[in-house]
Order: sequence, then structure tokens, then C-alpha cells
Amino acid sequence: MSLHTLDARRLLCPLPVIRTQNYIKNLAKGDSLAVICTDPGAEHDIPAWCRINGHRVIDISSTEEEITITIEVGTLV
Amino acid sequence: MNKQRKAVALISGGLDSLLAAKVIQDQGIHVEGINFFTGFCVEGHTHAIRKKDQKKVKRNNSLWVAEQLGIKLHILDISEEYKDVVINPRYGYGANLNPCLDCKIFMVNKARDWMKENGFDFIITGEVIGQRPKSQRKETMPIISRDSGIDDRLLRPLCAKLLPQTLPEHEGWVNREKLYEFSGRSRKPQMDLAAQFGFDEYAQPAGGCCFLTDEHYSSKLSDLWQFRGERTYELDDIMLLKIGRHLRPRPNFKLIIGREEGENKFMQGYRKMFTTLRVDGHAGPMVLLDGKADDSDLELAAQITARYSQGRSFDTVNVTITDTQGHCREMTVTPMPEQSILKEWYL
Ligand code: SF4
Repeated sequence: MSLHTLDARRLLCPLPVIRTQNYIKNLAKGDSLAVICTDPGAEHDIPAWCRINGHRVIDISSTEEEITITIEVGTLV
Repeated sequence: MNKQRKAVALISGGLDSLLAAKVIQDQGIHVEGINFFTGFCVEGHTHAIRKKDQKKVKRNNSLWVAEQLGIKLHILDISEEYKDVVINPRYGYGANLNPCLDCKIFMVNKARDWMKENGFDFIITGEVIGQRPKSQRKETMPIISRDSGIDDRLLRPLCAKLLPQTLPEHEGWVNREKLYEFSGRSRKPQMDLAAQFGFDEYAQPAGGCCFLTDEHYSSKLSDLWQFRGERTYELDDIMLLKIGRHLRPRPNFKLIIGREEGENKFMQGYRKMFTTLRVDGHAGPMVLLDGKADDSDLELAAQITARYSQGRSFDTVNVTITDTQGHCREMTVTPMPEQSILKEWYL
């Protein structure tokens, strides 16, 4: 169970979602991924993508400039 | 036991693709969605950039549709390969620079590859005959099936009864009797079906699913091609066409003028790609200069920049001009009077 970080800063939605999706493809169940974004849309889109694809958002934290969404990888297909 | 059949649904985020997927799902087929990122998608972008729009929480409609249906959604980034579709459409453009027919063929072809790689049986789309003048006509439906290479594995549940039988119907994986015969531009049948399924806050049908159907956007893209002397683009180019005011005061350069704080901030990220202009000591826009400019061009650009700043009524203002290497120079200029900004400069 490893912790990974994905830099999705300056990307506009849906690109942060796409990068998250593609990154998670190479992870294993139980791994976590922290995605750092600047597009506020990611705060809604990444959790929505996780809900429909069976992953769990375990934390969302934001500063003035950035949002970090931490995901626990669920079962992969 | 019969094999569980699987369909991949092209999900745009609109009502039609939602209904098409639902109809097939209700027939016991396992459905997963695919959504394509072309770079021109209406979803997200400008809303993310513009500060004032950020207060409204705007959902990504394709993700929302998938969630309503309880299906997985795979978003495929096709932006690189899609360039060829936009630049050289075999079947030409619609009313603007929208190559709808080629786009459909391309997307179905990509979905076909995905279908094969992932062991799915057929593809479904929300197309309705006659819904869109160029790409959704009875004559174009077989072209899409043929040119994409999908042939009879493409099922359009909303108008299937008006079209020849497809493989999933023929094989009895889906019941043709329970499919529909929608045609024409009316949205009423879709709305009735949505009500029947209990969907009530779906995305309202707009002119099209991408910026290429927008007249304004298309004219900015044509301008870009014309003045670059070649029909090419990068993702940054098409992103920038979505924001700011675009003015071309001389053939050799254009200005992109931020309209509000969010855009100004976003444009900061392009400082290494474009010469930028900003008025000193007054609130004002971030301005990007795209093209080649000599001193007289820079002076004109600075005057225009000043016009859009709070310093517009001053006799002179200082404008800082920064090149792509980060070298700054200052110019003192008279803000351009409103009537001197010609209408034809606006793209
Ligand atoms: S509107 Fe845009 S995305 Fe939709 S079919 Fe036409 S070109 Fe493709």
C-alpha cells in the first residue's frame, strides 16, 4: 500500500480527472493517491469520478490556491 | 446460461445519451460509458477560469449521467489525434467549424477499439434521426457505421426501429420491440421518456456538444489559422480562444485581453509563451500579445491595454511590457479613446 502524488496543477477539468484515472490504472487496491489541483471544478469532478468507479476519497484539503484530493484506490477492473 | 452481454455507451452528458444507455441497461445489458476529451468540450473550462462563475457549482454532465445510471465512465483524451479531424474533415464542416460527421465517425471508431480491447459486444449512442441537420440524418447513420468500422455493432436505441436491424437485435441480446423510433428536431419524446424514467434535472440540450459549433469561437479559430499561415493548433491555443477579448488591430499580431480577475490569473500562466502587457498603478487586464510586434505595434498594444484599465481617463499611463524571456520595458502612452478601437478589430 503505497502513497503516490499526482501534480494536476494548472490543468482544467476534465484533464485532472483524466490524469487521475490514468494514474490509478497502474496502482493497486488500497494504494493512496494525492492529486494536487488548481481548478476548483476538480473538487467536484474527481470525487464524482471516484464514486462511479469504486474508489474512495479520504481527504480533501484546500489552500487559497490549491486543492489536494486524496483517494484510496478501490477494486480495479 | 446466456453470456452477459456488454455495451459501451458514448456519453456526452446530454439527455439523449443518458436515455439511450438507460434503455439498454433496462434490457439487462451491462453498460459502461465512454466520454471523449477533444479539447473543445464545453464542460468545465471557462467556468473554471472565470472567477464569477466559480460560485455556481457546475457539475461535469457526463460524470453526472454515469452516476445517475450507476455505470462506470471512462474518459479518453483524444485531443492529439482529434486535430486531424478538425483540420482535415473528409465530410466538411457544419454551420461553423464543427466537423460533426467526421467527429462521430472518429469517436465511434475509438469506441470500437475500446470495445475490442475490453471485451465488450456493441456500442450505443443517443443519436436521433433528424435531430441535427448535418450529422444526425438518416443518410449519415450508415456512413458512421461503415466508416468507423463498427458496422452492425452500433445500436441507436432511440431511433433503432427506423433503422435496419443491428447485430445485438438480430442475436436477441436486446429486444427491438422495446427500442424507439424518435425522429426530427422535437425534444418532446425524449422529455417524455425522461419523465417516465424519473430523470428530471438532466442537462438541457444546447446547440452542440462542443465549442466548434459556436460562431464566435469558430471565427477566432479561422483567424488563428489565417494569420499563422497554417491550419494547426496546440491545446494551449484552443484553450486561449475560450477566454478574454480577442482583438487584432494589425495583421501581424493580436491581443488577448483578460476580462476579469480569474482570466487575468489564468493568463499569467502563459507569460513564457507570449509577450504580456500590464498597466502600472491602475487596476487593469492582463494582456497577451500573440504575433510579432515592432516598437510601433507595441505602442499601439500598450494604448489599447491602457484603454481597458482603470487609468483610461488619465492623460498618460505607464505600461509594462514583458517579453517571453522575462525582460521588462516600460512605455508611457495615452490610453486609446474608445472610438479609436475599431469594431473590425474584435474577433
Ligand atoms: S458538436 Fe462537436 S463534439 Fe459534437 S459531433 Fe459536432 S464536432 Fe463532434
